[in-house]
Amino acid sequence: MGKLLRYMKRYTKECIISPLFKMLEACFELFVPLVVANIIDVGIANGDKGYVIKMCLLMALLGLIGLSCTLVAQYFAAKAAVGFTKDVRSSLFKHINSLSYTEADTLGTSTLITRMTSDMNQVQTGVNLTLRLLMRSPFIVFGAMIMAFTVDVKSSWIFAVAIPLLSLVVFGIMCGTIPLYKKVQNRLDKVTGTARENLTGVRVIRAFGKEEYEKRKFHSSTEELNKIQLFVGKISAIMNPATYAIVNISIAILIWCGALRVDGGNLTQGEVIALYNYMSQILVELIKLASLIITMTKSVACGNRVQAIFDIKSSQEVITCENTGNSQYKVEFRNVNLRYKGASENSLDNISFSVMPGETVGIIGGTGSGKTTLVNMIGRFYDATEGEVFIDGKNVNSYELDTLREKLGIVPQTAVLFKGTIRDNMKWGNENATDDEILEAIRIAQASDVLASKENGLDHIIEQGGKNLSGGQRQRFTIARALVRKPEILILDDSSSALDYQTDANLRKSIKNIDYKPTVFIVSQRTASIQHADKIIVLDDGEIVGIGTHNELLEGCLVYNEIYSSQFKREGE
Amino acid sequence: MKKKLQMSTIKKVLGAIKKYRLLLLLSIILATITVALSLYIPIIIGNAIDLIIDKGNVDFDSILPKLLNVGIIAIIIALLQWIMNNINNKITFNVTRDIRNQAFDKLEKLPLKYIDGNSHGAILSKLIADVDELANGLLMGFTQFFTGVVAIIGTLIFMLTISPKITIVVVVFTPLSLLIASFISKRTFSLFKVQSENRAEQTSIIEECVGNIKVVKAFSHEDEAQVEFDEANEKLAKASVKAIFFSSLVNPTTRFVNALVYAGVALVGAFIAIDGGAGAISVGALSTFLSYATQYAKPFNEISGVVTELQNALACATRVFELIDEKEEVADASYELGEAKGEVSLQNVDFSYTPEKELIKDLSIDIKAGMRVAIVGPTGCGKTTLINLLMRFYDVNDGVISVDGNDIREVTRHSLRKNYGMVLQETWLQDGTVRDNIKMGKPDATDEDVIMACKASHAHSFIKRLPQGYDTIISENGASLSAGQRQLLCIARIMLCLPPMLILDEATSSIDTRTELKIQDAFATLMKGRTSFIVAHRLSTIRDADLILVMRDGNVIEKGNHTELLEKKGFYYTLYNSQF
Repeated sequence: MGKLLRYMKRYTKECIISPLFKMLEACFELFVPLVVANIIDVGIANGDKGYVIKMCLLMALLGLIGLSCTLVAQYFAAKAAVGFTKDVRSSLFKHINSLSYTEADTLGTSTLITRMTSDMNQVQTGVNLTLRLLMRSPFIVFGAMIMAFTVDVKSSWIFAVAIPLLSLVVFGIMCGTIPLYKKVQNRLDKVTGTARENLTGVRVIRAFGKEEYEKRKFHSSTEELNKIQLFVGKISAIMNPATYAIVNISIAILIWCGALRVDGGNLTQGEVIALYNYMSQILVELIKLASLIITMTKSVACGNRVQAIFDIKSSQEVITCENTGNSQYKVEFRNVNLRYKGASENSLDNISFSVMPGETVGIIGGTGSGKTTLVNMIGRFYDATEGEVFIDGKNVNSYELDTLREKLGIVPQTAVLFKGTIRDNMKWGNENATDDEILEAIRIAQASDVLASKENGLDHIIEQGGKNLSGGQRQRFTIARALVRKPEILILDDSSSALDYQTDANLRKSIKNIDYKPTVFIVSQRTASIQHADKIIVLDDGEIVGIGTHNELLEGCLVYNEIYSSQFKREGE
Repeated sequence: MKKKLQMSTIKKVLGAIKKYRLLLLLSIILATITVALSLYIPIIIGNAIDLIIDKGNVDFDSILPKLLNVGIIAIIIALLQWIMNNINNKITFNVTRDIRNQAFDKLEKLPLKYIDGNSHGAILSKLIADVDELANGLLMGFTQFFTGVVAIIGTLIFMLTISPKITIVVVVFTPLSLLIASFISKRTFSLFKVQSENRAEQTSIIEECVGNIKVVKAFSHEDEAQVEFDEANEKLAKASVKAIFFSSLVNPTTRFVNALVYAGVALVGAFIAIDGGAGAISVGALSTFLSYATQYAKPFNEISGVVTELQNALACATRVFELIDEKEEVADASYELGEAKGEVSLQNVDFSYTPEKELIKDLSIDIKAGMRVAIVGPTGCGKTTLINLLMRFYDVNDGVISVDGNDIREVTRHSLRKNYGMVLQETWLQDGTVRDNIKMGKPDATDEDVIMACKASHAHSFIKRLPQGYDTIISENGASLSAGQRQLLCIARIMLCLPPMLILDEATSSIDTRTELKIQDAFATLMKGRTSFIVAHRLSTIRDADLILVMRDGNVIEKGNHTELLEKKGFYYTLYNSQF
């Protein structure tokens, strides 16, 4: 949280003004009991109505000044809190976008989203309340005590005892319950988890007839939650009654002492009332302070989580490399190893190959053999642990990331589209693409008929996540999006899985006929998708076990043979 | 209409609370007592102060018992309050638990149509957030409302007995603070609406861009995204400052009004005290009044807050009871289907998810026991629908599906489903250990059985390598496992139960072809003598099926075995040849 506070700098003025005016307001509030004491001791005692009127007007005036001070304070607090949050959020967004795949993998996107949304909202609330109350409440508590001392030192020892005692009760209970509330949250999460499981797994649960079992499981998790809730409730229910009792007993003692002092002629009746009022004020403020501190702890926890994201630095920097590759190759891998962060084994092992411009490369291999990892390294989405990757003879590490990635048209495994028109989505590939270029890309991607079926053509609105398109339709549009860029290198990462064979075959044919002749990488599990490639790379467990054309591999590569025959086993019969 | 709905919701809520009516009554009694007693304390203190006049003029003998009373009453109030808090907690938390359980039980009985047709997030929020709101809002709202009313009435009575004149000052001016509060909150409501709209807009940008950060980076779209985000961010900030500032006006302004009331009470009270005569009040009584004046406005402010809270709670309750009152699945027949032979027949089956869109029309198929049926066709052709019908996740609109000659609607769902082993395209694993997941269909299986099943499905070797082997905890639907591994576990799950009929929906789509090859053998053993339905894109896996159903647009357009269908030169022929 601490480091986040530098974003507060722009709002220094607000951060000073707001608590300052809050304190002013508190000061005026603290004068009121003294005024009342004067009304009683001077006004009533002397029967001076004029004096009473004056004092009452003074009280109204104090209220008015207090109000204006608060308004100023609230305004600046809101401004500072919102501005601070806005700035943090904007840099957080920027920071998240600067992270590489490695960091995104470790953190997980759902975590990042929570940080940006609910955590930041909590921080905002916390900052706002802190600016408003953090100075005010302690100021009133101690202010009231000091005022009491100015009224009468000898009776005010009760304040010195009551305030620590009250603080002990309030903060003791708070400290005791905060960790327990975490437990409550955990158990609630479990209840939610069970319920969610039953929604996503409804078919399996019913197929196995586990409904009764699930009911029992859910009931026991709600029971657990209930138990801990009642337990925490019991403890936190002590707070209000206990503070109430302490304050009232203190008041009784205060009046007794006051009575002694009045009897001795050291104190007036009005002053006893003033002391009594100060004691009541303290109670109200302490409770406010306690709830403020709960909000603050939550906010600080959220702030720390946000800070933790800022602390993660992108592992990628542009590095000038002397070592150059062979510039006649479009893509070249030289003894590349990759080990994911935290993994115990290499995901890619000693990968070397080279690709001429315009060639089509098929990459095939089992699940987890490293196919996607390999193509991700072309755009430097992951850094090689050892070895080098060259594009046009230049090490990928020495490219500006944008320049490097502009050469690529990538179609990821999961077909994601964004909210907006089809045209907006296509322009991700190239901001300046004309409609004709977009339509051409859509044609190559076999999506013309999909487009034709949409009423507004390119202006058709795609909903968030592309929900209003089928899986196959989404996939074809993501292919088109990559093609709009007219990439030098086109990477299709298992991107025809939702297409039927016919469409898949047509797609491959039309990609082959593209006039600007991109270098194409096709990742697939189906031999049919890659068998006509100029070069097929066979991966097994992160290693290249064969490179060559379909026929060469059939002759010389055992793994390829196995894959092929598993799919085309009885072809020859 | 709306009133009627509210009334029926309230009735249902009352029904849920009925069990705790005695506790509720007790809580109300305790609330009344504590409020009355806590209003009495300022009076005693006022009386005590009256006995402290000035030097040498203090009646210690009368003060002492009064102060002792204050202490004792304060302790009694504290105790009663604590008991009341606990009772309230008990009612709230128990009602939450009860309603949640009831809603969950309902969920297990709802037709899949409901679960498929509603967003899971929405159902979850009914089950979790809405139930919380309901209990907190309604019960806490109610007790606050009640104590508030008691406090107002009590204060009024106490004030009237001391001095009617000053009471008028308090009663006339206090509503002012309410008026101001409601004036402000009405204005701020629209500001908050703008804020939440802007926030939703921003959240959806965050979800899209951060959720798909890999795509954003692949297209170097970061700068454009930042511009879009900052725009939304700026808009949100503007709306937030306004909403926060205006809503924070409520407290200070009501405090100001209270200060005015306080000054007014002091003024009138002092005048009455000076004038003396009939209706005169003492200094102590004035101090009592002053402390009432600060307290009197509080319940009013609370009650006005309670009203919105209650409305919100009522809205939540309506949503929760909507779920609880949702129509259940058609009741089960009582006949238990034993271990089936595996003859499945569909006769003139019609089915559609929505009446507007016809899907399966007049479908008839006869499947003999032990037959291997492959279902092929392009995406969205209705393959999954067929499974939904076979498993009776959905009921046919017309026609009959029968197993061994029994209409599946005339046997219990459980006994029907037990006869099927199902591996779906979307693998689903439960939070728990690997072993628990595999034993799902057969909880009493021994460890040896489990290992045998895993070996048969080639899952054993990877499970062995997991950190805790079979005791490794799977969470978040197996996020730590690869898609292939998840699917192997699902297959092992079926291997263990060996039901007479199988449904395999793209069961091996995520498994690499070499592993698949190994599983094929296991499957072959598994399928021997078992009726099986296989949905697959891969033609190689369905080539040796006894019956191939070629589906398109919800209908079976061709059926026969591989050779027959190829000879026919129909849709299957084109589909098959497009692979090469």
